[in-house]
Amino acid sequence: MSRAKAPYIAPAERAAPDLDSGKYLVMWQGPNHPGITGNMSLRLVIEGDSVVDCETHVGYLHRGFEKLMERRLWMQNFPLVCRIAVPEPDFNEYCYAAALEELAGIEVPDKAVWLRTLSLEMIRLASFLMWIGGQAGAFGHGTIAQWSVTMRDYVLDLFEELTGGRIYHMYIIPGGVRGDVPAGFLRRVLETMDTVRKNLDDIELVMFHNVVYKMRAQGLGYIPPDWVDQYGITGPNARAAGLPRDLRKDLGYLAYPRLSFEPIVGTVSDAFERSRLRLLEMYQSIDLIRQIVDMLPARGAFRAKLPNPLHWKIPAGETYVAAECTRGEYGFYVVSDGGDKPRRVAVRGPSYTHGVALMERLARGVNIADVAGLMVSLHTYPPEIER
Amino acid sequence: MKELITSLANRYGVRDWKDLKAGQAACFVDSGRLRDCLRWLRDEAGYAHLSFATAIDQLERGVFTLTYALRNHERGHSLLVHSEIDRTRPVVDSIHRLWAQAWTYQREMKEWYGIDFPGSPRVDEEFVLEGWQGPPMMRRDFDSLAYSDATYAERPGRASSDPAEHMKRELYPEEQA
Repeated sequence: MSRAKAPYIAPAERAAPDLDSGKYLVMWQGPNHPGITGNMSLRLVIEGDSVVDCETHVGYLHRGFEKLMERRLWMQNFPLVCRIAVPEPDFNEYCYAAALEELAGIEVPDKAVWLRTLSLEMIRLASFLMWIGGQAGAFGHGTIAQWSVTMRDYVLDLFEELTGGRIYHMYIIPGGVRGDVPAGFLRRVLETMDTVRKNLDDIELVMFHNVVYKMRAQGLGYIPPDWVDQYGITGPNARAAGLPRDLRKDLGYLAYPRLSFEPIVGTVSDAFERSRLRLLEMYQSIDLIRQIVDMLPARGAFRAKLPNPLHWKIPAGETYVAAECTRGEYGFYVVSDGGDKPRRVAVRGPSYTHGVALMERLARGVNIADVAGLMVSLHTYPPEIER
Repeated sequence: MKELITSLANRYGVRDWKDLKAGQAACFVDSGRLRDCLRWLRDEAGYAHLSFATAIDQLERGVFTLTYALRNHERGHSLLVHSEIDRTRPVVDSIHRLWAQAWTYQREMKEWYGIDFPGSPRVDEEFVLEGWQGPPMMRRDFDSLAYSDATYAERPGRASSDPAEHMKRELYPEEQA
């Protein structure tokens, strides 16, 4: 029987293997294994070629962002926050900026709202393109990684033109965005979207109709729907299990309520379904970017006036601002005591639950050759676990 | 929402309800009733999703404020449940049986703030600070700069000088003489 029809469900309780029995092998995967999406490690206990136990080890990227933020002025934290999630930095900028604006009562001009939405959708697409290369690569399809990284670079070219930076953009700032779109930029956005879309069609044919990919990804890392709330699963990992949860719809932030789209849901959340769903979300992002380009106001302010950032005190209060990044719920919990520095900033990255508690559970019983593919199918970025 | 506020107040003594914005509120509960309150919110009130759990060091008042962010997807509402514990005896009930990922947050709070959650799996294991010898680093009285100065030596060749003095020396050496 195909494992797609009877997916393996890992037991809730951890096994306690006797490591002195000679039956088991302890193997570290990472921190520099190509199958690990970043600098984290998995400590695997192997019996034969199956994983009996898995522990996620993080800390290789800990830079104490949350501690540093408590010692810096509100505005000084801006170059810092984007570095928390390297391939998708704009969500940090947006969540932090929106939290400050809520606490300080700052209205953002409509054009800035649209430009923020454009920036977030573009980075969602870029992040998905990076992910799909890793997912295909984990199952031996290196060519797809070369295509998709090229497409990501085209999107990064757009970011470079818009913001001056390819990886870290620091474009979304409190009160709005740092600049308007350059002349001819929107035309180039549409041209790039056409190019990416054609490439996605090729990826779909080569990857999703490939029998090797199907056989290795189907049934791997099955997430039953009742785990979604238990493990705090969000984003495509939850939607693939059939739950239509998408914060762009549910919270209706930025310009999303004015755009036409519906959450894409799957039926069986295994590695294959999650990757298929992410491919569909890439098409959806391209469609949303086209809608945004059509509706972007031609004129208007792109930034509200701010107080002197060196003497900016934010009224006491707290707020939690969340947004839908490629991996799920990304949020900033910001607490002010009325001073010129934050009292507390806590970052909620979706990888925190997906990469630690969920990964440890799902890895049990998996063949060691599939661990990397499973890991990538959860789409985790370790920096946001460690902050 | 009124019904929920009344139920929480009557059952668990929840107080200081505050609507932070549309779709988000915050409230306080005593730490001794925290776990039961969270269980009721999860099972009876639809707040089944735990977004995150964290702590805030209120050094001046001698307490830690614990924050549990819950979301009710059907109602489209988020609730920040706060509870305060004594900073000198930072122990609170574990919620690892309510949410399967909660032990990770608790392990982090143990390492970063020194807050204990008896019974929580692997709560004493290192999380991100492997080999850390100092005090819990997220406490407000831990001075990371002083720790760094005391722990790590200056790297040779990284001397800095006052720019104005440096330029004077470079451009007008005769004046120095």
